[in-house]
Amino acid sequence: MVSRIVVGAHYGLGSWLAQRITAVIMAVYSVILLMVFMTGRPISYGVWRELFSQGWMRVATLLFAVSLGWHAWVGVRDIVMDYAKHDGLRLGLEVITILVIAAYLGWTVQILWR
Amino acid sequence: MSSAAAKKPRPKYLSLSALLFEIRLPAPAWVSGLHRMSGALLFFPFAAWLLYLLDTSLASEQGFAHVRSYLAMPIAKLGLIVFIWAYAHHFCAGIRFLLLDLNKGIDLRQARMTSYIVFAASLLITIFFAWRIW
Repeated sequence: MVSRIVVGAHYGLGSWLAQRITAVIMAVYSVILLMVFMTGRPISYGVWRELFSQGWMRVATLLFAVSLGWHAWVGVRDIVMDYAKHDGLRLGLEVITILVIAAYLGWTVQILWR
Repeated sequence: MSSAAAKKPRPKYLSLSALLFEIRLPAPAWVSGLHRMSGALLFFPFAAWLLYLLDTSLASEQGFAHVRSYLAMPIAKLGLIVFIWAYAHHFCAGIRFLLLDLNKGIDLRQARMTSYIVFAASLLITIFFAWRIW
């Protein structure tokens, strides 16, 4: 029998859990948005604009965007750790990923609260 | 450690052509690999593309009309269909992984069956929306 004392800060477990929770948030948003599309009025500019001017829709979309950023950070970091073996390349790719996520979030806020 | 084992280069990394043509991956491996690939595609470029479309379509009436005519182009529709497949596959495979985390469907027969369900469901979703937008 192997008995060992697990040590460390358990960052991995936190990331793993965050990825799952954000996945559920995005899944719920996706289904709600799909139902709005499928059962609502045909999308004209007025309908489209009105949908994204409502408070709940703005907050839900922001929640989706934050979830996506967090989820993608864990996922892209996993990919980078698997394939980018050179430390400098790995660090560079991780920094680019963070910048892209920050840019996406800034852009989302700009679109939602224009 | 025997010397024969020591000489073998380990770990052994498989090339892409080996993965595609020499060895036959089981269905769950394809679900997993495509989940990773679709996730990467959704993060970039699709998220940026969708933000651009959302930005332009909400900015003004002309912007909305521009997006509408832009998305009517066959190449844009093709891009939209690839996006829909990536989203559907990532969604369905993700739900399968959440269930696996809860120890649901972890025996071999079920794991293979749910893999085929993921492929079928995401392809059906893609075909349905491709038919709707074309």
